[in-house]
Amino acid sequence: MSLDPSFVGRTYPPTAPYQVGREKIREFATAVGATDPAHHDPAAARALGHPDVVAPPTFPVIVTMAAGQQIVEDPALGVDYSRVVHGDQRFAYTRPVVAGDELVCVNTIEEVTNRGGHGFLTTRTDVSTVAGEPVVAVWSKIVVRGEA
Amino acid sequence: MELPTQTYRVTRADLVRYAGASGDFNPIHWSDRTATKVGLPGVIAHGMFTMALVGRALTTWAGAPDAVVDFNVRFTRPVVVPDTDEGTEVVVSAVVKEVTEDGLTRLDITATCLGEKVLSQARALLRTAR
Repeated sequence: MSLDPSFVGRTYPPTAPYQVGREKIREFATAVGATDPAHHDPAAARALGHPDVVAPPTFPVIVTMAAGQQIVEDPALGVDYSRVVHGDQRFAYTRPVVAGDELVCVNTIEEVTNRGGHGFLTTRTDVSTVAGEPVVAVWSKIVVRGEA
Repeated sequence: MELPTQTYRVTRADLVRYAGASGDFNPIHWSDRTATKVGLPGVIAHGMFTMALVGRALTTWAGAPDAVVDFNVRFTRPVVVPDTDEGTEVVVSAVVKEVTEDGLTRLDITATCLGEKVLSQARALLRTAR
């Protein structure tokens, strides 16, 4: 089933705030083997000028992937998640994510193409605090693999 | 300038841990049955896990956990993770392309598994360590 190109340009309503927890950052850092003390110890993070532990660079994907459910679960778009592999990923930071952030995502569909039986979907997610301070812009391309 | 190569071992246990921490439970990252059914050679690492390993390399090279300003990759080849104690290895290297006037370092990154490139167009912009 191919993806509907008429979705290009669609922007979804802002997601409910995601509360970034200190333990979640620690858990994620441990899972990826990021041992820098600033990911685990608030005092080490404060020494670098941050209010609390600092997330590793790819942590925002947790927030944007959760927010992206509003796209991949949109029945009109028709994404079969078990057939999804990741194509491209980009993070452009205004500042790192830190524990205590309350983050809101705004998803925009930038590109939809169908090629060689596969569907390609590029989204841009603008992540900002509930107060409207930009934190990071995140681009993702997913590939929905066609039936063999 | 070439930066010191970083080598990371990846096992199925790492994928399970990453699935839990990230919330990405796509069965292609833990079920051989599902992975082969959709035409993959076997269970593959989350692209975002590979990217996280590259993120570790970046913060290691920068000497700061908060140095990454911009970071992008294209996942060109899956990292297949066999169900063995050894798993597989991802090797990350980079060259410095440019140091900008405002103190940012632009890197071109290479990540390989079993000698084959798993990423393309992998680039990062780092703030120089304080």
